[in-house]
Amino acid sequence: MEETPRFVGWGALVAAAAFALALAPAAGAQQKSVADDIARYRELLQDGNPAELWEMRGETLWRTKRGPKAVSLEQCDLGLGSGVVKGAYAALPRYFADADRVMDLETRLVHCMVTLQGYAPADAKKQPFGDGTDKKSDNEALVAWITSESKGVVINVALTHPKEQEAYRIGKAMFFHRAGPHDFGCVTCHGEAHKRIRLQDLPNMLDPADARRAYTSWPAYRVSQGELRTFQWRLNDCFRQQRFPELEFTSDASIALTMFLARNANGGTYNAPALKR
Amino acid sequence: MTRKKFFAALAVTGLITGCATMMSDADISKKALLVMKSSFKEKGQAKLDRLDQDEVQATCSLYETPDKVPKDVAQRLEQSQLETIRYPADGQLLGNWKAGEVVAQSGVGKQYNDDPTRPSGGNCYACHQLSKQEVSFGTIGPSLLGFGKARGNTEESRKYAYGKVYNSDAFSACSNMPRFGHNGILTEQQIKDVVALMLDPESPVNK
Repeated sequence: MEETPRFVGWGALVAAAAFALALAPAAGAQQKSVADDIARYRELLQDGNPAELWEMRGETLWRTKRGPKAVSLEQCDLGLGSGVVKGAYAALPRYFADADRVMDLETRLVHCMVTLQGYAPADAKKQPFGDGTDKKSDNEALVAWITSESKGVVINVALTHPKEQEAYRIGKAMFFHRAGPHDFGCVTCHGEAHKRIRLQDLPNMLDPADARRAYTSWPAYRVSQGELRTFQWRLNDCFRQQRFPELEFTSDASIALTMFLARNANGGTYNAPALKR
Repeated sequence: MTRKKFFAALAVTGLITGCATMMSDADISKKALLVMKSSFKEKGQAKLDRLDQDEVQATCSLYETPDKVPKDVAQRLEQSQLETIRYPADGQLLGNWKAGEVVAQSGVGKQYNDDPTRPSGGNCYACHQLSKQEVSFGTIGPSLLGFGKARGNTEESRKYAYGKVYNSDAFSACSNMPRFGHNGILTEQQIKDVVALMLDPESPVNK
């Protein structure tokens, strides 16, 4: 199997880089953020990223005949026409007339798995995220490959259809919705410039420059988790820490909030899958 | 009118005035709540009612940042929140700073994956600098290094610190800081311990 030696190579490289990070002196950390360590980690990997493993698996999944109808996803329309992957992610979320719904990438993939491949919706949404074990998620792999095909493309979320505009406004309202035992909303951590939680830098998602930087760096390979994490995962885990109930995968709220954040990042050059702590 | 009835009335008004062309901001907020209710699922201790807002949360959500809250609105909220503060019956406000440090370090509690039978933390370091030796601190809140040294370990400072941790909105409307006592995140003893961490001359905060 072709991938095996590469995988072992990656494992060794990641282990070596993690070891070097662990040895990094803690001195001066007061004014230094983890961003510096991540930058060093990237250097150690010499422009490589374990996310490539997910990308390769995702491309294979895209082209493999699967599901009850035994067809590939190659006819899936991600917004730029049937089978067009290049640059598609940079214009999502968007309104899809065939579903009469605004969809982000992950929702669209579920839609294609159901309509083209014949999966039951529950099966198509069965394992959106990997759990850190060998049981990897197909969704994360497909997203890794499809997003990688938008590298270098400028984010251009249109907001022309009334349903896109409504999704944006609902997402915006969600962003400011403070609730739960801690009174947290997205805005609590992401509404001011140059803030940190512990040593982690927090992007101000209301500032275009910051929103571009943050949004164009997802999905990302998370070193601490050994998984490639998608934007649906990012939102899901934010709400867990916000002390809300669980955000459902591909739910309307997840799409609306993604629409708000993606639109705020308009004009940014897409540069993911990225590498994060 | 009770709070629940008040918000129910708001919701009904919204449905009647729900419009054909452009929805108002108020209608969008109502729709956002409906969308959220159908998009989240209960998990562990986190039930769907956590999406509902009390008066403070609903009011504060109307303004992008706390500094945009009009003065009269802020004063009204601060007054109503001041009245929620319950000081310890024994009159003792100062606990053990070492136990307070544990509370300040711990970020667990109230998440759906947390065990509700175990005590929650205050996670103070997530947002505040508190001691010189803990370099992993956040900056969402102000630095509290030397808090007790600057204010003195007086009855007045203890009362302020206890009240601030109990209900931060009583002193600064729409603060980013959770209302640890009012919302049952920390126990009375834990808040006393945090007060000690802030004010005890032996605490690393004041070293």
